[in-house]
Amino acid sequence: MSYFTMSKLALKWAFTKPVTTRYPFEPRQELAGSRGWLVFTDENCAYCNVCAKKCPTGAIVVNRAEKTLAIDHLSCITCGCCVEVCPKDSLGLIPSHGHSQVTKDHEVFQKTGKAST
Amino acid sequence: MSRTVIPFGPQHPVLPEPIHLDLVVEDEKVIEARPSIGFVHRGLEKLVEKKDYVEFVYVAERICGICSFIHGQTYCQAIETIMDVQVPPRALYLRTVWGELSRIHSHLLWLGLMADAMGFESLFMHSWRVRERILNIVEATTGGRVIFSSCKIGGVRRDIEAEAITGILKEINEIEKDMRDVCKVFLDDSSAKARLCGVGVISKTDAYDLGCVGPMLRASGVSQDMRRLGYAAFMDIPVEPVTRSEGDCYARCAVRCEELLQSVRIIRTALAKIPAGEIAVKVTGNPNGETIARTEQPRGEVVYHIKANATKNLQRFRVRTPTFANLPAMLSILPGCELADVPIIVLTIDPCISCTER
Amino acid sequence: MTQEPNIKVILASQLRDEIRTMRGQGQRLVQISATRLPDEVELTYSFDLNDRLTNFRLVLPGEDTVLPSISEIYGCAILYENEIHDLFDVRVDGLTVDFKGNLYSTSVKFPFGSTKSPRAEPEPAPATNP
Repeated sequence: MSYFTMSKLALKWAFTKPVTTRYPFEPRQELAGSRGWLVFTDENCAYCNVCAKKCPTGAIVVNRAEKTLAIDHLSCITCGCCVEVCPKDSLGLIPSHGHSQVTKDHEVFQKTGKAST
Repeated sequence: MSRTVIPFGPQHPVLPEPIHLDLVVEDEKVIEARPSIGFVHRGLEKLVEKKDYVEFVYVAERICGICSFIHGQTYCQAIETIMDVQVPPRALYLRTVWGELSRIHSHLLWLGLMADAMGFESLFMHSWRVRERILNIVEATTGGRVIFSSCKIGGVRRDIEAEAITGILKEINEIEKDMRDVCKVFLDDSSAKARLCGVGVISKTDAYDLGCVGPMLRASGVSQDMRRLGYAAFMDIPVEPVTRSEGDCYARCAVRCEELLQSVRIIRTALAKIPAGEIAVKVTGNPNGETIARTEQPRGEVVYHIKANATKNLQRFRVRTPTFANLPAMLSILPGCELADVPIIVLTIDPCISCTER
Repeated sequence: MTQEPNIKVILASQLRDEIRTMRGQGQRLVQISATRLPDEVELTYSFDLNDRLTNFRLVLPGEDTVLPSISEIYGCAILYENEIHDLFDVRVDGLTVDFKGNLYSTSVKFPFGSTKSPRAEPEPAPATNP
């Protein structure tokens, strides 16, 4: 039985650097392998629809006739199945957290290369 | 003497997840506890009808946030047994390493919550501070802090390279020193001992008869650990169950603290012995058959009963989680305790109500 | 690795005797699970001793069959049997603690189908447009 065990530790840890980042005073450090946000580049995309079929939540909707690809980021669980299965490497996962949304819209990519929400 | 009924939960500062208990008290002594569960019932077992067996790994992982990796691992193991798939050894070792990291983070989370239930807020914060470093390791290797998404049927999805392994071992050595400091406070400090010793005693025969699993059973003297079945890399890494004989809340806390250090040793052994090779095999076709898979989660033994009938949807998916087995024990030790001991007793079974109710 | 399930098929009338034998041997109740098949409900009882599993299978045909409860022999069975009643609409006879259908509150009364109607249909979800 000992007394004041915690005080020694509290004093020691009061003078050690914190483990968490002091955001927003320090910038956020992204870990390289982190699965944060799904991104799409339409240069080589063939609109083959394999990513939409593989997606477990149905977050990707592909329209081959109009050449659009829509991602519902609120349903996306960043599992990476679409990234693994895409034959043209058009989809990728980046470590940042992406941007916040106020409406439940898909992010639609049209073939011309301009993204619209 | 008159009796009062005090409702405990579903929202309560010490409860991590909602459970409701109607406590019948006489002057601060609890006479009876009537439970009412079902607040987090999401019907996940019925979802097999909609999601095929490959996608279902993602649902199985999301049954619980704390023990998520081992849910995914057990599901993959069960399907691999039905389909007779040989998982490569490197994948088995990687699953073991992530499983033990998951166990460490779960026990540190529980230690923090127990300190919070005792009122020891600074110890709660420091336990979770140590846990942050474990979550950083997990995020760097799998991509997610809580939901790892790294198991798939046939192996794992990501590899850990050699430089990352040296980095992890170095980090674990430093984390171990911090963990020993935190455990020392739990086990030696006078105020922690005053709250934990002698509270919620359950004898060896009672623990076995009531169907307890995990640290609840081991703290009462029964030596049982599903890792002895030899799944994943445990065929090569023998595990000796950590037991105590007193059967009170202090003993359960001591068992979990000792398991933290045991998991660190297992991770070191596994990373030293990890064989080279591929990390997954390709799996095609549909499963047909039935199996019962058991693994050791941080809270105890989890049982997966899966039936498949050669279609891409499983016929039945049944999970019996460890908290479901420990609930009758909690309800039997509540009568007779003081009202102030109720949070300690509810937390001592390590309740993961979202696992229980799926 | 996981063990192959050795399953012994028994009848409802033999259930209590077999369970008493298990209790006598000191086996621990591991789980009770139920599966809805087209005309019947199939139950599986699992017991464990020294890391070996023993399983029993019981088939309850059609409507109006009653499952004898084992909660007098194994007290911890009440949670499993109440859950089977709530999800599968199986009448259980002899429960020591009976929640009378209030263990889980679901939007559909018997989600895994009841003996009266084989498949319960949930209310249709509101239409969402992408």
